[in-house]
Amino acid sequence: MTNNQLTENGHLRHFLTIEGLKRPLLTEIMDHAEQYSSLSHRQVKKVPLLRGKTIVNLFFENSTRTRTTFELAAKRLSADVINLNISTSATSKGESLLDTLHNLESMHCDMFVVRHNQSGAAEFIAQHVAPHISVINAGDGCHAHPTQAMLDMFTIRRHKQHFPDLRVAIIGDILHSRVARSQIHALSTLGVGEIRVIGPKTLLPSDCKTLGVHVYHDMEAGLKDVDVIITLRLQHERMEGALLPSAREYFQCYGLTDDKLSIANPDAIVMHPGPINRGVEIASSVADGPQSVILEQVTHGIAVRMAVMSIALGAQSEIEAQS
Amino acid sequence: MTTQIENSELPQLLQSMADEIHDSLAGKNPLIIGIHSGGVWIAEALVDILDIAFFDAPLGTLNIAYYRDDFTRIGMHPQVKPSDLPFNVDDRHLLLVDDVLQSGRTIRAALNEIFDYGRPASVTLAVLIERNGHELPIHADIIGQSVNLSASQHIKLSNNDGLKLEFTTNGDAE
Amino acid sequence: MNLQIINGRVINPASQLDAQQDIFISDEKIIAIGEQPIGFHADESIDASGLIVCPGLIDMSARLRESGQEHEATIDNETRAAVAGGITSLCVPPDTDPLIDTPAAVELIEERAKKAGRAMVYPIGSLTQKLDGQLLTEMVALKTAGCIGFSNGRRPIENSLVLRRAMEYAAGLDLTIYIHAADPWLQAQGCVHEGAVSARLGLTGIPEAAETIALSRDLLLIEKTGVSAHFHNLSCGKSVELIQSAQEKGLNVTADVSAHHLHLSEHDIGNYDSFSHVIPPLRSIRDRDQLQQGLRDGVISAICSNHKPLDNDAKLGPFAETTAGISGLETLLPLTLKLLDDDEITLQQAIACLTYNPATILGIEGGQLKVGAQADICIIDLNAHYECQPHNFISAGKNSPFSGWLFNNQVTQTLFKGKTVFLKG
Repeated sequence: MTNNQLTENGHLRHFLTIEGLKRPLLTEIMDHAEQYSSLSHRQVKKVPLLRGKTIVNLFFENSTRTRTTFELAAKRLSADVINLNISTSATSKGESLLDTLHNLESMHCDMFVVRHNQSGAAEFIAQHVAPHISVINAGDGCHAHPTQAMLDMFTIRRHKQHFPDLRVAIIGDILHSRVARSQIHALSTLGVGEIRVIGPKTLLPSDCKTLGVHVYHDMEAGLKDVDVIITLRLQHERMEGALLPSAREYFQCYGLTDDKLSIANPDAIVMHPGPINRGVEIASSVADGPQSVILEQVTHGIAVRMAVMSIALGAQSEIEAQS
Repeated sequence: MTTQIENSELPQLLQSMADEIHDSLAGKNPLIIGIHSGGVWIAEALVDILDIAFFDAPLGTLNIAYYRDDFTRIGMHPQVKPSDLPFNVDDRHLLLVDDVLQSGRTIRAALNEIFDYGRPASVTLAVLIERNGHELPIHADIIGQSVNLSASQHIKLSNNDGLKLEFTTNGDAE
Repeated sequence: MNLQIINGRVINPASQLDAQQDIFISDEKIIAIGEQPIGFHADESIDASGLIVCPGLIDMSARLRESGQEHEATIDNETRAAVAGGITSLCVPPDTDPLIDTPAAVELIEERAKKAGRAMVYPIGSLTQKLDGQLLTEMVALKTAGCIGFSNGRRPIENSLVLRRAMEYAAGLDLTIYIHAADPWLQAQGCVHEGAVSARLGLTGIPEAAETIALSRDLLLIEKTGVSAHFHNLSCGKSVELIQSAQEKGLNVTADVSAHHLHLSEHDIGNYDSFSHVIPPLRSIRDRDQLQQGLRDGVISAICSNHKPLDNDAKLGPFAETTAGISGLETLLPLTLKLLDDDEITLQQAIACLTYNPATILGIEGGQLKVGAQADICIIDLNAHYECQPHNFISAGKNSPFSGWLFNNQVTQTLFKGKTVFLKG
């Protein structure tokens, strides 16, 4: 399978999924993010790197939070940003999705940041855009959310030195989680010692093990000796009904409470991609507790997205040189 | 046609730069900033000669990668350390240090970056080598040595076992 | 009009014939094989030296999109594609629009097919009215109008009581029913095999059990009612086992597989290749191997195209939003014969799965070369060498995952009722 995210020279041109990317590339993203995060201490928090570039936030699925961090990241790089929220009902056919893209292309945009409720949508868009446009996946269906995973890796790196020494547990709805899928790829690429997923069978993909994880259905066993705990958001529509009996029972079994947290290593950090359902996947005392790095994740999101945007648009220079 | 500089002359050049810096900035509580990577090495050498007490704060470092003007032509640069100015630049007298001044583009980028940290009272530019090939109206205030090289010649400062200048000749001008 | 096909290697699975023979045709029919009849004078002679001469192929499941979806394909055009692939008979499932649930709908298809005049088109009638799984259709009337069998298409009959009644009714009239086994709830919104690839790509999976649970229920009802049944388009290894044990029990049950399921697996979806989006989904490599094994063992006795021509837009979009289906008429034979490369089956077996076996299941005359039979004949070059280029398909549907595949066999000429309906240019 060719990796169409990369240029011929192996530089990141689109950022669609972590899968298939090599460790140095992930490290490069985190190193750049490290530099960008130093900007927040300055009077002027932006750099002129992407001056004159136009970035379109193309959101087919509503997400104010993610859109805002992408917007801020683009603005801190001095790019011009357009936000487009397109309801999927208006583009129920691929035909008009392409029409939308081609319209934007002819406005001489340089980058699409795409959020879509269908798995593979970002890949599809990357396959069909003009060569001078980079596509960043801001979440496609249940497939991937690579910038979220990278900001999580960045946060882990800030707290823990050496990935191979770590045990990481991801708790919750892995089946429907694009975040979890990207995290698993990132963690294994970075050589994390052990990746665990913990959740009820109804929320884990069948053949979950083929993703390279150890599967637990029990928090007690799953959290033992863990250094990093990632709790996932449980979507409201999945709480009641066939997948789970109730949110209450889910919290009882899989909610991260102080008691359960104490099973993990004492210096374990607690992460969550947000927004949090307090009392469903995590207790307030843990979310706001000393081991929580949840708000840090949000801060790092901007620097990581700046890194990805600048690397991808930098790779465009190769494409333009070829044409 | 080339003015070669022997590496043995480096301490002497640095000393004369330090003297000049002393003359022009003494009493102004200056702050020193080196540009990654060569400028930082020169700045460190100058701090050693002048003594850290001459400056009002530890050495600041600048990575101008995000201010370059060639992003759309060559993309992102490989990683060096991030900028780190451990002081407030507002209304201060700054000494900006680089190893080689040629086109002036690096200094242009560095000045832009400095102004994103604040509004200094003045910026004095010190370079070890000033060579021909200026492309912008930027000139150094304090110069170790001026040299005249052909377009195919390059100077590079290295720092593996002490500072060393390397002169190379090749086809592709930077 | 007299025609002879000489010097060809004639393969006729019905009689286990594989020998160089000449075939003599007069007025739509084969009048002799081997010796030239006395007094026969050929108006036209086809020299088939170095080529295979076999019965015209029978495709048990091909959607021609007419009537109802003519914007995607028409009977006229699709039969043109069929004969280019050596197919001279094909069965159309009832889920056209209008559905094949009235004699009028049957007649419309037959009329269009007759007008095209290139291939036999056998409609399969709806088993329930409007395919809604509630009320039985007038099967006798439909059979009289020309339906070759009855099916609910891809719309599973959820209500087991209705299915039982439909089977009992068909059994009493000695009608064969055709089934796509699928449990509607387990299949739900799925678009790929539930397994490693669905886990990786975050697509909703269809578990193997969606097929095997439905198949198990259907087999138990078949046993109870004694109906003759044929299962279309098996996709799982376990289904082969279930069919095998039913056959061993003596049930009147047969099965087919689509050519693409014999070659592709879930992994061919790669990065959301919508051309590999098909229902039932491409399953694991193990399933694919077990389907091949089922073919070798004779549990699966027919290979069909499951042709579904789609326009370009239908495949343009995020994977789950694209329409499932593969344009398969022109790759049915090359893919079947490609199995010979890996010694999966013999040439005789391969041809049988495309001719005599489906004819037997369908209870029709065709699928063999014999004196008195309609002269539907396919001539094949086994030493061709070409790359599959879907954009050059005659079919209106260019939706094929086999672009770039290398094939070494090609139809050079197809005869329908003794007339050349395809000649390779």
